[in-house]
Amino acid sequence: MEKWRDIMNETWHFYKRTLTLVVTGSKLYYAWCFSLIAVIIAGSLFYMKQHEIGLIATNMNDQVSWGLYIANFTYLVGAAAAAVLLVIPSYVYHFKPIKEIVVLGELFAASSIVMAILFVMVDLGRLDRFWHMLPIFGWMNFPQSLLAWDVLALNGYLFLNLLIPIYLLVKFYYRKGPNWKFILPFILLSIPMAVAIHTVTAFLYNGLPARPFWNASILAPRFLASAFCSGPAIIIIIFQIIRKVSVHHIEIEDEALFKISELIAYAMFLNLFLLSAELFKEYYSQTVHIASFRYLFEGLHGHNQLVPWIWAAMTMNVIAFVIFLIPQTRKRLITLNLGCLLIIIGVWIEKGPGFVIPGFVPDPLGEIFEYLPNLLELMVSFGIWATGLLIFTLLMKVAIPIETGTFTHTEYEKGITAFRSRQEGSPKIKEWH
Amino acid sequence: MTPDEKKQVIAKLEQRYLQKYGRKFQISTQDAVPDTLWAYGLELSRCIGCRRCVYACVKENNQSRHDPQLQWIRVLRLKRGNLINLEDSEHYYDPDLVPEKGFVYLPVQCQQCQNPPCVKVCPVHATWQEPDGIVVVDYNWCIGCRYCIAACPYKGRVFNWAEPNLPREEINPSVHYLGNRPRMKCAVEKCTFCIQRVRQGRYPACVEACPTGTRKFGNLLDPNSEMRYIIDRKRVFRLKEDLGTEPKFYYFFEA
Repeated sequence: MEKWRDIMNETWHFYKRTLTLVVTGSKLYYAWCFSLIAVIIAGSLFYMKQHEIGLIATNMNDQVSWGLYIANFTYLVGAAAAAVLLVIPSYVYHFKPIKEIVVLGELFAASSIVMAILFVMVDLGRLDRFWHMLPIFGWMNFPQSLLAWDVLALNGYLFLNLLIPIYLLVKFYYRKGPNWKFILPFILLSIPMAVAIHTVTAFLYNGLPARPFWNASILAPRFLASAFCSGPAIIIIIFQIIRKVSVHHIEIEDEALFKISELIAYAMFLNLFLLSAELFKEYYSQTVHIASFRYLFEGLHGHNQLVPWIWAAMTMNVIAFVIFLIPQTRKRLITLNLGCLLIIIGVWIEKGPGFVIPGFVPDPLGEIFEYLPNLLELMVSFGIWATGLLIFTLLMKVAIPIETGTFTHTEYEKGITAFRSRQEGSPKIKEWH
Repeated sequence: MTPDEKKQVIAKLEQRYLQKYGRKFQISTQDAVPDTLWAYGLELSRCIGCRRCVYACVKENNQSRHDPQLQWIRVLRLKRGNLINLEDSEHYYDPDLVPEKGFVYLPVQCQQCQNPPCVKVCPVHATWQEPDGIVVVDYNWCIGCRYCIAACPYKGRVFNWAEPNLPREEINPSVHYLGNRPRMKCAVEKCTFCIQRVRQGRYPACVEACPTGTRKFGNLLDPNSEMRYIIDRKRVFRLKEDLGTEPKFYYFFEA
């Protein structure tokens, strides 16, 4: 009984302290959080309109039936998968500088998955029927539909990326070493799961013979390669921001960032190589399947809306590759950050809109419709990005003090021990020590 | 579902339609007729591109009439000398008079594939193939993810991007649950070979509407059917046969 009461008390105490931690901060912190909340509210208002009148509120139509939402979804699944680039060096190779920050990377993955799932949700025409997909209540088309696979994989990965960091942080909070026998299997499982979520997402497009642009077996490897560029690039930027603004002096060494950027260089090489392999096949063989590539890279029958975008993306990716390839530029924060920004934007274009839209242009009956997202789609998307950033910010607000040892159980423990000794006398304390 | 549960659902749905449209509907749940596998024939050399089939279909199947108008049949205009590369087709041709010199017309609708990619990808079993080969959608179960639209090589599916506009006086109240009953916003829909008609031994509306006899319909399992006659004696082909979808929609030319 007493033990239970203690646990309840402690948990309540932990919540209270977490809440205090989350709601108190510098002016900058407040400004950041409130601007995110403002964007979230604006996005929700736009979403309400979409929910009321239907998806006609967007610029999607029967020709281009997926747009900005699904493009963002694809990109974010990749960003989430990239946490594995921190997990492997830290848990498998025990590379210390990265081990310090791996928990933050896992929480980043969790936030990305939440955003990815939200993007699928807003894309659904009938959110009210979402439960049709749930096991038991609904009837999921598993294992036939790749979308069913994706739902399972994403939620599984989300679970792992919440369980692992939260477990480690709670242990840290109590100043205890983690029980590796318990948590290591989950950590190891998260590695193939990261590959799995992105592979399954690639297969979701890949398995459609109706869309030759997606129906290329190189797709899943390409997805993984580009994911291992963009995700770590975001992480490098975020870590530097944390290092700057956090009042707790968290150890994020340059060494860790440089290691990550080296991995980006390999991934970007693979990405560019796989893309060129695909381009060679299409352009040398010149079959009818080249139409979507033409639309993307040079324009088709006078429709060339995406052309400047994709060439901008290609330029950014190549410049970033060179920056990350040369040790001197990779190991200077200014050039490193420039490279990261180029990759974040370049890969977003390449595998967001630059991947989803050409799949629909021309459509299976040869019709060409040029899709551009409208204001509503942009605002809803901003709202979701803001939601993800807010979730990540709040997670960081708690995780960093725990990591740096300023937010721990010890002070409270002292308090309760003193309280006990007053109430029940000294014998209990002896047992405790 | 047991027959009793089915009856309850239908009664409730009829009530709802009465409230919404002010018309009494008869919603059929008639099952597939045993030993039938429906197939369609389209004689390309006869089609004049008048689109009467398109509008007969809209009327019969209670599609949204305006903002937006939904159509299950699309007629493509191709320059003579062209058939397979649809990239050069014109979907929105609008001359004063058809047929136009130098062009051929290729009507496309759901091809009722025997191996339908749209059914495979649906995450919630909202669409399936009936025993008579017709691919149907339960509009009340569809979650509007549009994966099936991405998967269809024939653009056989259209989406209700908005609440359908179905004027009261244009309603066809004789409907089938899996066919032409009024739909709602943000669910997918498609041609069902007029399931409400063919299961009662009638022709699909587009077959009846065609002024040139381009469109044929019949049971593949009946050796004396019109379709079997066509397959045996004419040169037939199916769209995008290379994708392995096994359409039950046969195009043919006068041999």
